[in-house]
Amino acid sequence: MQAAVTKFTQNALADLRRQNFFSTAKKGENFELKADLNSEYKERRKDTVKRVIANMTIGKDVSSLFADVVKNMQTDDIELKKLVYLYLINYAKSQPELVILAVNTFVKDTDDPNPLIRALAIRTMGCLRVEEITNYLCEPLRKCLRDDNPYVRKTAAICVAKLYDLNPQLTVDNGFVATLQEMISDSNPVVVANAVAALSEINDSSTQKGLFNINNSILLKLLAALNESTEWGQICILTTLADYVPVDEKEAENIVERVIPRLQHANASVVLSAVKVFMVYMNQNYITSEKTINLIVKKMTPPLVTLVSDHSEIQYVALRNINLILQKRSDILSQEIRVFFCKYNDPPYVKLEKLEVMIQLCNDKNVDQVLSEFKEYCNEVDVDFVRRSVRAIGRCAIKLESAAERCVNVLLELISSHVNYVLQEAIVVMKDIFRKYPHSYEGVIVNLCKNLESLDEPEAKASLIWIIGEYAEKIDNANELLEFFLEGFKEESSMVQLQLITAIVKLFLKKPSQAQDSVQKILQTATQSCDNPDIRDRAYIYWRLLSTNPQAAKTVVLAEKPPIESHTKIVSDSLLDELIANIGTLASVYYKPASLFGGRTGDNKIFSTPAEDANADIEGVPGTTIGGVENLLDLDFDDSSAQKSSTPPSAAPKSGMNDLLDLLNDDVPPMGNTGLSQPSTPSNNVQNDLLSILGGGNNTMSSSNIMSPGLNSNNLMSPNSGLGGLGGLSMMSQPQQPQKTVMLPANEGKGMEISAVFVKRQNKFFMELTFSNKTAQPLSEIAIQFNKNTYGLIPLAPIGINVIPPNESRDFTLPLGTNGPVQQMNPPTLLQIAVKNNLGVYYFQHVLPTSLFETPSTTPSMPSFGMNMNNNNNNNNSNNGLDGLLI
Amino acid sequence: MVASAIFILDLKGKVLISRNYRGDIPIRKIEKFMPLVLAAEEEEQTLSPILSTEDGVNFLYVKHNNLYLLAMTKKNSNAVTILLFLHKLIEVFKEYFKVLEEESIRDNFVIIYELLDEMMDFGYPQTTESKILQEYITQESHQMEVQVRPPVAVTNAVSWRSEGIKYRKNEVFLDVIESVNLLVNSNGNVLRSEILGSIKMKCFLSGMPELRLGLNDKVMFETAGKNATAKGKAIEMEDVKFHQCVRLSRFENNRTISFIPPDGEFELMSYRLSTQVKPLIWTEVIVQTHSGSRIEYQIKAKAQFKRRSTANNVAISVPVPEDADTPKFKCSMGTAAYVPEKNAIVWTIKQFQGGKEFILRAHFGLPSVKNEDENQKKPPISVKFEIPYFTTSGIQVRYLKVVEKSGYQAFPWVRYITQNGDYHLRMPESVKTAKLSAI
Repeated sequence: MQAAVTKFTQNALADLRRQNFFSTAKKGENFELKADLNSEYKERRKDTVKRVIANMTIGKDVSSLFADVVKNMQTDDIELKKLVYLYLINYAKSQPELVILAVNTFVKDTDDPNPLIRALAIRTMGCLRVEEITNYLCEPLRKCLRDDNPYVRKTAAICVAKLYDLNPQLTVDNGFVATLQEMISDSNPVVVANAVAALSEINDSSTQKGLFNINNSILLKLLAALNESTEWGQICILTTLADYVPVDEKEAENIVERVIPRLQHANASVVLSAVKVFMVYMNQNYITSEKTINLIVKKMTPPLVTLVSDHSEIQYVALRNINLILQKRSDILSQEIRVFFCKYNDPPYVKLEKLEVMIQLCNDKNVDQVLSEFKEYCNEVDVDFVRRSVRAIGRCAIKLESAAERCVNVLLELISSHVNYVLQEAIVVMKDIFRKYPHSYEGVIVNLCKNLESLDEPEAKASLIWIIGEYAEKIDNANELLEFFLEGFKEESSMVQLQLITAIVKLFLKKPSQAQDSVQKILQTATQSCDNPDIRDRAYIYWRLLSTNPQAAKTVVLAEKPPIESHTKIVSDSLLDELIANIGTLASVYYKPASLFGGRTGDNKIFSTPAEDANADIEGVPGTTIGGVENLLDLDFDDSSAQKSSTPPSAAPKSGMNDLLDLLNDDVPPMGNTGLSQPSTPSNNVQNDLLSILGGGNNTMSSSNIMSPGLNSNNLMSPNSGLGGLGGLSMMSQPQQPQKTVMLPANEGKGMEISAVFVKRQNKFFMELTFSNKTAQPLSEIAIQFNKNTYGLIPLAPIGINVIPPNESRDFTLPLGTNGPVQQMNPPTLLQIAVKNNLGVYYFQHVLPTSLFETPSTTPSMPSFGMNMNNNNNNNNSNNGLDGLLI
Repeated sequence: MVASAIFILDLKGKVLISRNYRGDIPIRKIEKFMPLVLAAEEEEQTLSPILSTEDGVNFLYVKHNNLYLLAMTKKNSNAVTILLFLHKLIEVFKEYFKVLEEESIRDNFVIIYELLDEMMDFGYPQTTESKILQEYITQESHQMEVQVRPPVAVTNAVSWRSEGIKYRKNEVFLDVIESVNLLVNSNGNVLRSEILGSIKMKCFLSGMPELRLGLNDKVMFETAGKNATAKGKAIEMEDVKFHQCVRLSRFENNRTISFIPPDGEFELMSYRLSTQVKPLIWTEVIVQTHSGSRIEYQIKAKAQFKRRSTANNVAISVPVPEDADTPKFKCSMGTAAYVPEKNAIVWTIKQFQGGKEFILRAHFGLPSVKNEDENQKKPPISVKFEIPYFTTSGIQVRYLKVVEKSGYQAFPWVRYITQNGDYHLRMPESVKTAKLSAI
């Protein structure tokens, strides 16, 4: 009875409230509110503030009431105070000059006997984000940072990060950052965690290094706080530990030992943050002992599996990360493939990620099981998922040669099911299988061709046409099949058109009698009535090739193709290293470098402070292996939208660059088996041959206007030169043995002279430095920093020189990474450098030799370059100009 | 690490309430969210729980009832942390308002603002323990005579329990609940089976009690050097997850589960075993279509556990074609019903004793005009059940020691139950008896 009455009253109250607070807009409502805000009755004023907030919530502009609301700020009623504060947070920016009215009360509140109010005041002041009051914030903040009550201190710690965000200089000048450092030793775990959070944020967003220093005693504090913090605090600390560069392996092992128990935490983010620490430490070789690595892997595996039974959204992020972890360590989870089988009621986004993991884990032992799962998935209703499942079968075939035949059989079964989109997808997949295993499975071609008429998707059509062209000699009615497509040639998408031209030319070369007419017809149509320059150009090339030297045409067009590689890599190795350092973050979900997100740059390593361990030498800081060129390419892919980031790698190459490479690669085999090119300098020849073909065309073609000027160089050559490789590469002269040059003369460096040179050894970059002390006093505290640059160059270690006595010089080799923040420079190789010592900070810049970023001396062989491109193609950049033109 | 702002939206994308924590993204950017969702739906693209706009704003969201809980960020934030925080919000709101839906948000906007202010600061999650929050953020704060202060627990190492809790009778209830996940393919082979266990506690204990829980954990027996067989079967858990109250380093060292529990109800631990077990309720279905005009099912269910246990509320759901009509059933036990909205036969057996086997025969008519689209959804058979006083893994609570400085006696009560998790058996192909009907 009692309960019922209470319930009734509550409902009535709720109704009343809703009526009051969310009543429909009346004319002059703000006027009414204004009057009520100034009412003499306390309860009324409070209710009115609630109404104001309600209006604010539904998006009405109540900023005109600012002064009247602020009047209610001085009150003993915490609820009312909170409401007014909330109002202030929302409207402070629109009324900056009026915020000053509130400052006095704020400052007074930070002295309130109730810690809740002190904390509330300091928290809210930090949220106002108004320049005018930052100066008023400093004194109260200083006080709150030293408050007796931990609740106030933990709030103040975060407030330092807020202030830094608004005015970094002011924050540093007031010594707040230094105070945060001290707070890591606070007796209260929550304060420690928030201080760590604030410090890491400041460290990440600052260009100035050394704002967050960890020495041995701080490290111990962090490890101790790890056991006592809240789950969120633990995540902050673990993230910091993952960024920290341990002094030696012993320290690293100690950290690992303390972090291992975190794997048993119920909070998935704590678990994944712990995994990040382990992965980074193993990846950076902080941990090298076989025994420890085995222990870590053993401990890490079951928790990773458990993540797959968390909330679906968490599963999604976990699976994306598991994929990365698998690319790094393929040995884990190999026994656990069943866990990744899709459940009927998994959300689609989870299913797609599970498919990816299944492909990664698929091996000779489990492939039958995996295939039968994939086949099962092809019966589901979600079209996207079914398509991906079909592709997955193809990817298995390409990955495991021994299972290819079984995969083909499954695909054939699917083709006979006559579900249209399954069929189309299966044909695309079959094309990849033919590329990987040429001249196998030719028996299935008949089955594929039967379905010619039901194809309506460009990619499927293009794939089937490619297959017909490639195996024209084996298909009796190849000419009929191709003519079927020829009829609608002009209406087809460019992808299909390109394939059709090539296929018909192939057919003509293989069976001249059958395709005489077709080839004439298609080349004419393509050159005369197609607007797309790529199609015209390709037709021209073939035309001239055929009319100049049919034999050469044969060797070019029908050349052996390099088989496609299996792509179990989802990202390039350099990107992978960066993503490993960002496990659990958005970067690891999108597979994009962290530098794209503005804030964190991916390489925010925290080094042990020199004071504590001056002996930390360079060996303790292994560099990451990064090929400059490759990394540069990664960064080109930023624009493709993030959700698409897992396009199956087996998809036909789509980017313009790739296509040209394909064109060169496939049709003009550079390996000397063409009779056209000389084996010694393949890439040069490719260029020459093509040019000569074009040139030849010029002679033979009767009408001169056919040769569009653009054809000569722009269309074919510019993408190459854009790549900085291929055609141009072999002409690059060998880099000279580098000599150090003076970069900072003594007169500009207050007596410190720096000469340096950038070198590349075994694919790693180094800066060889000589510091000369031309002053009369010892130089110390030397540190170096690079501005953001085109190649993301970044020092991987602190300068390991303690002191340079007067009139002496010290040499130092600084290992460089290429995963730093990236910014396009002009010229691209410009590097801006800042060096600091005990006397001051000096800036200089240097233009790096371009040769530094070229692949070293020997001319790269074409196929390997093609492979590289394929890898990158994995990153799925489907929107680069040209549509796929596979030859 | 951080979220820039948190929103609660209705299904149409209208903002019900929001809190801007960092002010680095204009709040109106939220208008970009719904178009992203709609665009993906239109293009039949798979929608993931993390979306981004072209200008680099990221949305991380969780759907709950008719709401989106959403976080917005521009930075390379910790995605797992943010998503978990959103789930935590749901949990806390539910404890405050029982149900979380549009109505309850409108009715409680003041308190939601307060909670959002307390649970996250500058995008960093702070206090998320609803028990503790309820001590200083209350619905009826104006009725209080004295001003509230932050409870010590907010910043304590023991951040989940307040001091000074008193009960007349000190009791602890333990529920050991095991959910069985099973997937069987259409040939009757078990593809995966997994046990997800959890130990839920209800603590009604005074003061600051220290608890120690003993299980028949094989690894613990081994580390303690005890002979496992002496005390019966020991089990080997593949992975264990603990509530934050459990001292993880102690567990890592000697497998002791020691903790100061939160007050009231909470999940102490969860564990996972992937040992193959015999499927508890085995189901076999034979489908026969007769010349496309009718379809018959023979469903056999068998309880493959010991006779002394009984499964309660067994419900076996077998999918049938969408256009099936005129159902007829004959069963040896329980009741069968056709549920058109699920396109399924649901066979319920209130009590299913171990070792027993029952059969259901069902018969449907099919329309003579066939749906051309062959690729109909093929959901699996799913089975629901509960078996009390029984755990599949054989886990046992050996003891629960309660030590409090006042020295009271507390009694633990333990219950065991096994239930279905994702328990699915794929449907076999139907056998076609393609008799041509006489003209």
